[in-house]
Amino acid sequence: MTEVTPHPPPFMPAFWRGLRAFTPLIPGVVPFSMVAGIAAVQAGFTPAQSIAFSLIGYAGAAQLIASQLVASHTPTVLILLSTVIVNLRFALYSASMLPLFVGVPLPKRWLLAYGITDQSYAVVMGRPFTEPHPVAYYAGAAVLMWLTWQSGTAVGALLGARIPATWPLDFAVPLSFIALLVPVLKSRPQVVAAAVSAGVAVAAHNLPFRLNLILGAVCGVAIGYWVQRSQGKAA
Amino acid sequence: MSIWLLIVGMGLVSLGLRASFLVLLRGRQLPEHLRSSLGLVPAAVLAALIAPELLRSAATGILDVLNPRLLIGLIAAAVAWKTRNVLWTLVVGLGLLFVAQAIGWR
Repeated sequence: MTEVTPHPPPFMPAFWRGLRAFTPLIPGVVPFSMVAGIAAVQAGFTPAQSIAFSLIGYAGAAQLIASQLVASHTPTVLILLSTVIVNLRFALYSASMLPLFVGVPLPKRWLLAYGITDQSYAVVMGRPFTEPHPVAYYAGAAVLMWLTWQSGTAVGALLGARIPATWPLDFAVPLSFIALLVPVLKSRPQVVAAAVSAGVAVAAHNLPFRLNLILGAVCGVAIGYWVQRSQGKAA
Repeated sequence: MSIWLLIVGMGLVSLGLRASFLVLLRGRQLPEHLRSSLGLVPAAVLAALIAPELLRSAATGILDVLNPRLLIGLIAAAVAWKTRNVLWTLVVGLGLLFVAQAIGWR
């Protein structure tokens, strides 16, 4: 791949295409982000801390888990360990987007990396084959994701407890994860990893500090990897 | 104080993982076994996040296969499979949960 294109494709049209491609995901992100804002405030964050948490951490599921762990007085080190496990998938997204970012200077890469989420990644990976400027397309999706997430958590943090407790908005969180998980289950190792992880997380749900999550994920990846290897040998 | 520590720590962890390959390790290849196990991480983590939420009764907090969230979650997964659409998955899932609550199943 060369970085010398005589006429680089224009940035803004591709940016808008990416932004538009993201819009169908907004209704899923709004309740998710509001629940994250509410959970932080309920765990004892001030609204300002909750908003800072979103701006600095910007970590969807991990924000939610961290809030639940703060509420149950988990040591900070353990909370950060859970954060690493839950966010490890960002490293995978980072690796698989690397070919798109050939020739992008480092300072810009930091900014683009900060915008990596399940949703912005899904949008850029699902872009049309003909998209001439994937970086701008990704940037459009990532900016809209960021704006949606930040406003949602801010609204959740400020409304806090005023949302009726009978609204089961928290269910938006596992539902969003289901929508993200299902398309990933394309091969047997993926299915095995998910099934083992789910089983272990449920069986160990009495462990303190949500350690069942870490245990489940580690067992799932280990067994899934073993299946992958034995498939490779059989083939 | 520890909340600010957590916020900064979370910022470092998240940005570090996001920047891992794009900025920090660029060009360097990971060993094959690390790369292929990394590929399994999203499925494993998402499943570990979902399963206890579906099996735990929101009313009692204990594991209960007869709680509405398990059945509704499975229906939502079928919708996600068919439509590949986040919005439909949420509309069906949240809608059914409202209905379940309205008829007193919780």
